Amino acid sequence: MGRWAIAVHGGAGVDPNLPQQRQEEAKQLLTRCLNLGISALRSNLPAIDVVELVVRELESDPLFNSGRGSALTEKGTVEMEASIMDGPKRRCGAVSGLTTVKNPISLARLVMEKSPHSYLAFSGAEEFARQQGVELVQNDYFITEENVGMLKLAKETNSILFDYRVPLETCSAGAAAGMDSTLKMNGLPISVYAPETVGCVAVDSEGRCAAATSTGGLMNKMTGRIGDSPLIGAGTYACELCGISCTGEGEAIIRGTLARDVAAVMEYKGLGLQEAVDFVIKERLDEGKAGLIAVSRNGEVTCRFNSNGMFRGCATEDGFMEVGIWD
Amino acid sequence: MGWAIALHGGAGDISLSMPPERRLPREAALRHCLRIGVDALQTQKHPLDVVELVVRELENHPNFNAGKGSVLTTVGTVEMEACIMDGKKNCGAVSGLTTVVNPVSLARLVMEKTPHIYLAFEGAEYFAREQGVETVNSSHFVTPENVERLKQAKEANRVQIDYTQPIQKDGKTENPIADGDGDSQIGTVGCVAVDGNGNLAAATSTGGLVNKMVGRIGDTPIIGAGTYANSLCAVSATGKGESIIRGTVARDVAALMEFKGLSLREAAAYVVEECVPKGKVGLVAVSASGEVTMPFNTTGMFRACATEDGYSEIAIWPSVQE
Repeated sequence: MGRWAIAVHGGAGVDPNLPQQRQEEAKQLLTRCLNLGISALRSNLPAIDVVELVVRELESDPLFNSGRGSALTEKGTVEMEASIMDGPKRRCGAVSGLTTVKNPISLARLVMEKSPHSYLAFSGAEEFARQQGVELVQNDYFITEENVGMLKLAKETNSILFDYRVPLETCSAGAAAGMDSTLKMNGLPISVYAPETVGCVAVDSEGRCAAATSTGGLMNKMTGRIGDSPLIGAGTYACELCGISCTGEGEAIIRGTLARDVAAVMEYKGLGLQEAVDFVIKERLDEGKAGLIAVSRNGEVTCRFNSNGMFRGCATEDGFMEVGIWD
Repeated sequence: MGWAIALHGGAGDISLSMPPERRLPREAALRHCLRIGVDALQTQKHPLDVVELVVRELENHPNFNAGKGSVLTTVGTVEMEACIMDGKKNCGAVSGLTTVVNPVSLARLVMEKTPHIYLAFEGAEYFAREQGVETVNSSHFVTPENVERLKQAKEANRVQIDYTQPIQKDGKTENPIADGDGDSQIGTVGCVAVDGNGNLAAATSTGGLVNKMVGRIGDTPIIGAGTYANSLCAVSATGKGESIIRGTVARDVAALMEFKGLSLREAAAYVVEECVPKGKVGLVAVSASGEVTMPFNTTGMFRACATEDGYSEIAIWPSVQE
């Protein structure tokens, strides 16, 4: 009988000026989701169920960039994507371009289990959602005032926040100038760091690994843009050995096939989880910034990132639990 | 060391009793596309240009499942996808195209003209118009053969991977044989190339699966699944998309070379034999040092390759030594 382990994340790349209150809120949400996952694992739910239910919780909370609280496209709409993978038989499901599905991760799971395919997108995915009877809402359910403000900022600086930093030379607030020059919109401080993805990985006491990732994508992205989160092998991967969920610069994660590489290095080079993750973060990102969470079938869990901070939490059966943002 | 090129027109349960009137035009197309690719390499074109050029040619050919000749979705429409990648890991992908004459070229524009890697459906079509690429009415891509294939698939109520022989008019039904689920498997076109300096590139393009759900995305546009290139090799895969995604086929060929020190041939053979169920996959690959390999675990794979030292091959079924 193995040991369970779980990790969650709310995105890599964090505004160093993030107000303390926001940091607390983030840690509380991560803790709540971690505890949800822990209870599920303790009651012997399989890893695949655990990661889905934890990501649903993250999607429902507007704090992070997924489901409600998703980043906005250049048109001010929301287009969500997600993927899920079950280690034992490497079954997988993914969705992109969702506009009315309340919980994208659950639709990804239905694609895996109730369709003959692995990946459905845009109107085809929405149609499948209707057929499956999942909960649908208006697109504006997902839109938050904060993200509307963020989009406006991105448009003003004429940037896509794809490296999650407003280019300093074009940012009138000159955020580089000093720690206290936080940007304000309507008098409230807002982060110039676009929020990122959410994810969860878990290994249950049978040693089964699973991974799930969900996102609204990049702030001010072109409509139709697909990132790493729904791409098996890039943002999400799970096999007999491990489960991985990534976050950060989508392009870097795709080019580096980050999630698959962790498992490939374990499989083909015989490295342990920690070594494999360290190797991939160090060697596979070139100039890109990203982070990932991972579990192994032996009950190990780890989180690594080369970005400035990563919202994350992890826990193991022997009582270890940690929630963090910074290094 | 020297240049090398390989291309495919799909792997699947290609009937050994394919009549000459079907076989010959396809062999001629492969020969023609190989010629174009070899000429381009011999005139020092960059492999990225070479693979795009060759795949455009395959897309334009109505007998392969890409561009014109794409198989149809369950509602009788065409939804095309493509992907291109070079050895420096620059990449571009598109899905859900309905009017773009050459999907692979749009994938290249995504790579070169946007900050993104992957655009799909309406957003991709909109980008195509912005870029002024050639677009046509989507009926242009639909061939009578594929209308027939869709009809058969619906009658059999299954999703095919495309290459069933259309039912003979004389009433003899050619049943797709071999693997348990009765699906005959061809899909996709692709090309990989390397020049004498070790520059690599891969490109893949497809209409997907016959009778697929609207919005279904396969392995072709997924970096690491159907298409991949890095400094070691370039790979383009074909077959059952869902299996290729799960098996991260294209990435694994390169990973085996890098992490287990296997040769291109060994790595590709391993992936095709061990990582994907039988009857589901084929691939073409070249290495930085000019090697080429074209393994498949299906009945056949339309393929062609050539290397600078004069070797060339055009084939459909396993060659004698395999």
